[in-house]
Amino acid sequence: MNWTLALPEIVLAILGMAILVFGVLRKQDSFHLCSMLSIGALIATAALLLSGGSGTGFHGQFSADPFALFVKLLVLAASVLGIIVSLDYNEHENLRRFEFPVLILYATVGMMVMVSATNLMTLYLGVELNSLAIYVLAAFARDNLRSSEAGLKYFVLGALASGILLYGISLVYGFSGTMDFADIAKVLANPANVSAGVVVGVVFIASALAFKVSAVPFHMWTPDVYEGAPSPVTAFMASAPKVAAMALFARVMYAPFGHLLGQWQNVLILISIGSMVLGAFAAMGQGNIKRLMAYSSIGHMGYLLVGLAAGSQIGLRGILIYLVSYVFTNAGMFACIVGMRRNGQSVERIADLGGLGKTSPGMAAAMTIFLFSMAGIPPFAGFIGKYFVFIAAVNSGLWTLALIGMAASAVSAFYYIRIIKVMYFDAPAPSLDARPGSLSVVAGFGAIFTTVFFIFPAPVVAAADAAAKAIFG
Amino acid sequence: MTAFGFPLLSLLTFLPLVGVAIILSVRGDEKAVASNARWTALWTTIVVFALSLVLWAKFDRSNGGFQFTETVAWMPQVGLTYKMGVDGISVLFVLLSTTLTPLCILASWESIQTRVRDYMIAFLVLETMMIGSFCALDFLVFYMFFEGVLIPMYLIIGIWGGPRRVYSAFKFFLYTLAGSLLMLLAILAMWNFAGTTDIATLMHTTFPKSMQMWLFLAFLASFAVKVPMFPVHTWLPDAHVEAPTAGSVILAGVLLKMGAYGFLRFSIPMLPLASADFAPVIFALSVVAVIYTSLVALAQTDMKKLIAYSSVAHMGVVTIGIFTFNAQGMGGAIFQMLSHGVVSGALFLCVGVVYDRIHTREIARYGGLANRMPAYALAFMLFTMASVGLPGTAGFAGEILVLIGSFKVSIWLAIFGGMGMILGACYMLYLYRRVMFGKLTRADLMSILDLSPREIMTFAPLVVLTIWMGVYPSSFTSFFDATVNSLVEHHQAALAATTKLAGVAH
Repeated sequence: MNWTLALPEIVLAILGMAILVFGVLRKQDSFHLCSMLSIGALIATAALLLSGGSGTGFHGQFSADPFALFVKLLVLAASVLGIIVSLDYNEHENLRRFEFPVLILYATVGMMVMVSATNLMTLYLGVELNSLAIYVLAAFARDNLRSSEAGLKYFVLGALASGILLYGISLVYGFSGTMDFADIAKVLANPANVSAGVVVGVVFIASALAFKVSAVPFHMWTPDVYEGAPSPVTAFMASAPKVAAMALFARVMYAPFGHLLGQWQNVLILISIGSMVLGAFAAMGQGNIKRLMAYSSIGHMGYLLVGLAAGSQIGLRGILIYLVSYVFTNAGMFACIVGMRRNGQSVERIADLGGLGKTSPGMAAAMTIFLFSMAGIPPFAGFIGKYFVFIAAVNSGLWTLALIGMAASAVSAFYYIRIIKVMYFDAPAPSLDARPGSLSVVAGFGAIFTTVFFIFPAPVVAAADAAAKAIFG
Repeated sequence: MTAFGFPLLSLLTFLPLVGVAIILSVRGDEKAVASNARWTALWTTIVVFALSLVLWAKFDRSNGGFQFTETVAWMPQVGLTYKMGVDGISVLFVLLSTTLTPLCILASWESIQTRVRDYMIAFLVLETMMIGSFCALDFLVFYMFFEGVLIPMYLIIGIWGGPRRVYSAFKFFLYTLAGSLLMLLAILAMWNFAGTTDIATLMHTTFPKSMQMWLFLAFLASFAVKVPMFPVHTWLPDAHVEAPTAGSVILAGVLLKMGAYGFLRFSIPMLPLASADFAPVIFALSVVAVIYTSLVALAQTDMKKLIAYSSVAHMGVVTIGIFTFNAQGMGGAIFQMLSHGVVSGALFLCVGVVYDRIHTREIARYGGLANRMPAYALAFMLFTMASVGLPGTAGFAGEILVLIGSFKVSIWLAIFGGMGMILGACYMLYLYRRVMFGKLTRADLMSILDLSPREIMTFAPLVVLTIWMGVYPSSFTSFFDATVNSLVEHHQAALAATTKLAGVAH
């Protein structure tokens, strides 16, 4: 048993506990200090990851491979950005409690376990650890009715999804006799062993994971929870957990159930089309920018599922590259949204951005870059991601899917450029408060990354290639 | 790398972004920033123009292939390289872009007073995108520049445009984007088939006929919107009317050419069979465009809208020429594009001159301007004549070549295409009469001023070009003759190969 493979997770969990104890014992306010310590812990974990070995540990339940490494680094980056984004907001909204960064740390541990899971039980543990931390985060503004409602709603629906997941796992275990990914794949390689029970189990597991990535038709919770949760929590929920869930989704579909491609491909195609189309059309009428981002993220999950439905190594590579562009664009965009504040009050209507191009040119320019990127306009990062995902669809001959994806992309461009219209073409609304430095840093970093990613994508593409190869062998 | 050992085309393409960086670094009060932005943009574009003259001087006119090529590995995992180069078709469009941009900056000197800095940045970015799309030798690189144009143009129309700017900007953006996305799908299909998006390789890849048909339709969706061809031309009048003067100039002068350039660069050499099969459709749409939009132009009461519709008609002549598949027709189409780029750009500038003074584009508000503005009347006259296609002006050579080329295809095509010239004379001369002649009756026109020195500077290069292209067209046609000939040969060889195959099959 090679437990050192999980050293980064173990260290992060222990550091999380240490920070928690430190926060409890220190009588004075230690939100800032704990946040900084948490960022330090995340960075230390990343360093451990980079120096760690690869292989399978814990009797085949846990795998440290290039795929896991790639996604974990992305998740850690997203978590660090999530904590930075929360610093100023929590200060202002009276949420300055040291549990906040600790919860993000634990969500991150859960995500890292999810990504490395090579056993259905590890998978479930990872998903639950991640989800439980985020339920609490969603309801973190406990005196705020909407936040509590968001937390409760997410918890009830999430628990339902967990139940579905467990039921799917039990079905798969019952019909294949194992929970280990490699063993399941071995059993299912023989078509005689593919019974209806296994297929139903796979569909249940896929449904539960579709809930976690908020794909249609399991997306209902997303707009309400995104809108109700405190903005930094929304920012975090939209990035790191989505990355981990999508990576987990890909590993589960490809590794144990790869032989059932014929069975699940059509399901995923339908989910993907539904998400892209709903994301494109439903976002149009939104007046609240967080709600709009919720629908936008549903759309993005649809594009990611295009890569997943392709069922190929190229598709997985596309997913990983898309996730990279998604995380940084998203972090930057939310840094701008979290920073929307007028006379000390948070505002989140799109109309509040009126004339931002005049009153706050830097923020408007950054948001313009993010929006064009999300719309998939070259040369921004979002275009590169979409390109690699659609390459996979075409390569697998999924023409209808690719065509609908392109159409949805054109439709969704409408609401993205509508925000740009509000910022640049409309009469100025009263100007927003000055942004704090921490948000400017994240937004600026995101904007630069989104803009220049197209110049040097080769290393990321190469890493994604290696990661995808690890799954497909 | 080029003969000089430095990447000229990349330099041309990205130099405007250096200007952007300089403008961004300027600090100070609003007035100083505006003035600095103007001068920086002007000097940047002039330097780019001067550099582009190297192309004019060093381009080997007897060579039909790509020159000044540069290659840098970019995403080797998907066979994508950053590849730049020009041939006879594209080199003059690069020069057209570099010529028009400084003139646009000059034309916006006084008419743009709000957010000057952002405006100049948008124009410089636009120049990068334009030059880049004409220089790109990889399909995806082309696509990135081609789409990138949308960003600055959307902002230019939306921020500095007229009263209905928001509607126009959205229409422009979404029309073009929807078309381009289909093209992107076609690019992916080509990549999937050939394993590369390198243009030179794709030109010599034989795609199966059924695939060619789909690819052609996808390209058509993108290029037809950009040209624009009937019935997807409706975004153009809106965009033109609402865009600021310089935006219209670039839109008519360069952006419309990207669509036709796309046909020449991609559709015809890569999809010869489908192009031949779809030629009648293109002819039909073009003839409708020529006659219908000319008639629509005749009925316009807004000067800019009239010229916008005339652009659609002129581009109809261009698409006829391209799909004749003979040297005269294609050469004529390229020449017509260049002359239209200069002349329609100049006509929009002419409208801008009076709009800056009176703030209306209603034709009925004017009349008798020739009395107060002789220099303006002269320039307007020259460009009107060139637009009509008077021999000795830029418009003539292109139209006559296209007519000759279309005669070889069908006499009816030539007759209907030629209708455009007649109707063109009607609406342009009618416009000229209403604006320039008659009595000066309105009080504000009594005191209108003739061209300022800055405006004369803007018009002078265009006047020279218009006459030069009319009197001595071969100094331009010599650039693309070799390339057009090899394109025609390539096309005929591809058609012959299939007929031979069909003969064997029988």
